[in-house]
Amino acid sequence: MPVARSLATAVATALTTVVTLVAVPPLHAQARPAADTAKRTTPPGLGALSLPNADPFPSTYKAWPAKPTVIRNANILTAAGPVIRNGAILLRDGKIAAVGQTVTATADAVVIDAEGRWVTPGLIDTHSHLGVYPAPGTAAHSDGNEATAPVTAHVWAEHSVWPQDPQFPRVLAGGITAMQILPGSANLIGGRSTVLKPVPSTSVQGMKFPGAKYGLKMACGENPKRVYANRGPATRMANVAGYRNAWIGAERYRRQWDKWLETRQGDPPARDLNNETLAEVLRGNILIHNHCYQADEMQQMIDIAKEFGYSIRSFHHGVEAYKIADVLAAEGISASIWSDWGGFKMESLDGVRGNVGIVHAAGGRAIVHSDDPSYEQRMNQEAAKSIAAAKALGITVSDAEAIKWITIHAAWALGLEDRIGSLEVGKNADVVLWSGHPFSVYTRAERVWIDGALMYDRQDPAKRWKTDFELGYITGGSH
Amino acid sequence: MRRTTLALGALVASLGSALPAQTIAITGGTVYPVSGPKITNGTVIITNGRIAAVGAGLAIPAGATRVDATGKWVTPGLLVAGSTIGLAEAGGPQFSGGYNDSRARGSDGVSASFKAWEGVNPANTFFRKNVQAGVTTIGLTAASGYIGGQAAVLHLTGGTVAEMLVKGSVAMLASLNPGAANTQSRGEMLAKLREVLSDARAYGTRRLQYEAGNTRSFALPRRELEALQPVLAGTMPLIVSVSRASDIRLALGIANEFKLRLVLNEADEGWMVADAIALAGVPVMVGAMNNIPQSFDALNARQDNAALLRKAGVRVVLVNNGPAGADAYNIQNIRQEAGNAVAYGMSWDDALRAITLVPAEVLGVADRVGSLQVGRDGDVVVWDGDPFEFSTLAEQVFIRGVLQTGDSREDALMKRYVTKPAKFLGTP
Repeated sequence: MPVARSLATAVATALTTVVTLVAVPPLHAQARPAADTAKRTTPPGLGALSLPNADPFPSTYKAWPAKPTVIRNANILTAAGPVIRNGAILLRDGKIAAVGQTVTATADAVVIDAEGRWVTPGLIDTHSHLGVYPAPGTAAHSDGNEATAPVTAHVWAEHSVWPQDPQFPRVLAGGITAMQILPGSANLIGGRSTVLKPVPSTSVQGMKFPGAKYGLKMACGENPKRVYANRGPATRMANVAGYRNAWIGAERYRRQWDKWLETRQGDPPARDLNNETLAEVLRGNILIHNHCYQADEMQQMIDIAKEFGYSIRSFHHGVEAYKIADVLAAEGISASIWSDWGGFKMESLDGVRGNVGIVHAAGGRAIVHSDDPSYEQRMNQEAAKSIAAAKALGITVSDAEAIKWITIHAAWALGLEDRIGSLEVGKNADVVLWSGHPFSVYTRAERVWIDGALMYDRQDPAKRWKTDFELGYITGGSH
Repeated sequence: MRRTTLALGALVASLGSALPAQTIAITGGTVYPVSGPKITNGTVIITNGRIAAVGAGLAIPAGATRVDATGKWVTPGLLVAGSTIGLAEAGGPQFSGGYNDSRARGSDGVSASFKAWEGVNPANTFFRKNVQAGVTTIGLTAASGYIGGQAAVLHLTGGTVAEMLVKGSVAMLASLNPGAANTQSRGEMLAKLREVLSDARAYGTRRLQYEAGNTRSFALPRRELEALQPVLAGTMPLIVSVSRASDIRLALGIANEFKLRLVLNEADEGWMVADAIALAGVPVMVGAMNNIPQSFDALNARQDNAALLRKAGVRVVLVNNGPAGADAYNIQNIRQEAGNAVAYGMSWDDALRAITLVPAEVLGVADRVGSLQVGRDGDVVVWDGDPFEFSTLAEQVFIRGVLQTGDSREDALMKRYVTKPAKFLGTP
């Protein structure tokens, strides 16, 4: 079911529920003095119930004003087929209206001659901590890890996002048009992620990708057992016990709530933010993003998912994904991995430069991710490294295939593959015009469109967004 | 990794010998000596581990092993001037026998006598993978405290540290970080620094009295006072890590006050004081991909810092200042730094100089490495294209005339698993 329709259903369900509530007030409300009850003039909001697809912090993002735009004479990597040489693309009403060898544009369209430069979909990063670990790095803004308990599914990364993080305009200038902001990896279950667009806003809601599903961050291995060494989990076996205990509680919670939502008889069960998020995973409404380095641990996590009946959407970091490339392909789990990071702790010792290429060759859904605000500005360069590393192993990957690592595959991991990630008619007009070949070290993003609106133009200072923070502090500079 | 080893069997057999008594002729490539203009269809001749001749139309000595570099690019081996490679298998003491060989306890923030290179493990697995990518030489810059220790230049191959070592004690490493000096403020740190430098100077002129116990007490133990002597004499450069524009001016001021040979490192806001740096003749070690205001001391970090410094006439050394691990595991990404420097305004030639000859000059080893000139070590890389491009492979890497072959640990892992996916199991 499309996300938008699910939300509409949820809203309708919730409204019905509100009526029921007013008719049969819950016990605690009945026990209140009459005068107090009389003060209640508005029904509780949607958040008053543990509803599937509840959306208490809805996106307020609106696309920026956009003119119909044609980019002609461009080499286009669509992420949906072979390269289109000397092709054209038409952006209209925030969508891709046409793409091909030629397009028909109306007289009101802005026409850009790309002069043989390259066009790709906007880049997507499945693993970002922008906003939750903003720059400058200060304790006051270090909001990415709720390292106070090993299971914190009740926290949501979006509530930590500082929209004035100066890293947002910098990744936009690198061609990023959507990114998943994740909590850190201190916890077994770290909290909800959110999908944002790098756009100016005074609120995180103004950056939220409308209708995007939430993700849930889980973490394997060294980090949780190190952080909780004194209180547990202190070992990998306790890590696994921790996940399983959490899912056992969540399954009970889901059953109770789903039963109540079906019958609506009597009081609703007590709400619990932690189990609410976990139950949504079990219902298939929240996608699992699992930080996990080692091949052995990834395979254990797959078994845990099967035990409790949920799916893992993406393993993150997975420096040993190449060892189980066939398993990941068969299970349909994407691998959000680095081009060349490894060797920084025991669980990353077996990292190899060919990781992306080997996963790709096995038919897996390989994704180049960043987990770093510097890499995130240069995702095209990271992908280019992985092409070269694959080539050194005898794995030839075409540009048309490699672009998927940083676009449509990432979109799939976020559950947004129907809306972004490739240049196909009807999809959001998230587009990058590059100064050269996107996999050359000398190439920079020239212009970036989000939903058809020109959000960044390297040549036009007026299209170089500065966050509030930067004003008065940052005197010049290039992104 | 697939490496071209055809016609080089004899060389492969010589692996392990530090100075093979033989001649190698690399012919037909476009040679970038760095010390001079590029040579089309050039020849590089290496004899007994050293460069014997570089030029066009050279006669090939009889018995030379020929390396056909037609269509290839030939450069000096790359020199990464800021690295901690070889001191740990991964981050943290547990990966080096319980010790952190990158750190020193020091004496109240001073570790001038700390020679990190003596703790290098020649068997470290990071060396080979980076050699394969064209990095032949590093400046080892592990340090602790505000006067942190001594740098050395090492080759990335050799059975012993002595074999690896190009030159030790090439620079003193420092930082204008009040915390590293166990002080609360810049002002307090500077007072302490002045006392330390003054004491070291006094010690240097009163060694005999000191030995006889006839001097006042000094702020530092003897080993630290002694280690600072070449810095005060201006024979050993002082590499100061500093970011904020005003702190760069402080460093320039201290250097002038004590007549020190200053080198700046990091220098995120260097572009804002580029003219002052150029006027002082101070070289700068800087990354080319740092545009994030990581701290309030680096608010004006910008992508084209390196290019702007160069434009002002500053001698620029490009280093990896990227994500964690960039200075050890991933020093190969020095190529990416250089490419990005070019993308943001530095000339290609300057970028190549910034990862070869300029660091060699700054670290005082230009007579050994950093350029293809007669008498230099035979550190040569044959590339199948532009060395800064991701698609380019370092096909052959020579260190002191020895072709570097053999798998890295990474290669062994990849080879084990790359054969596993025999068929496509699914379609994304």
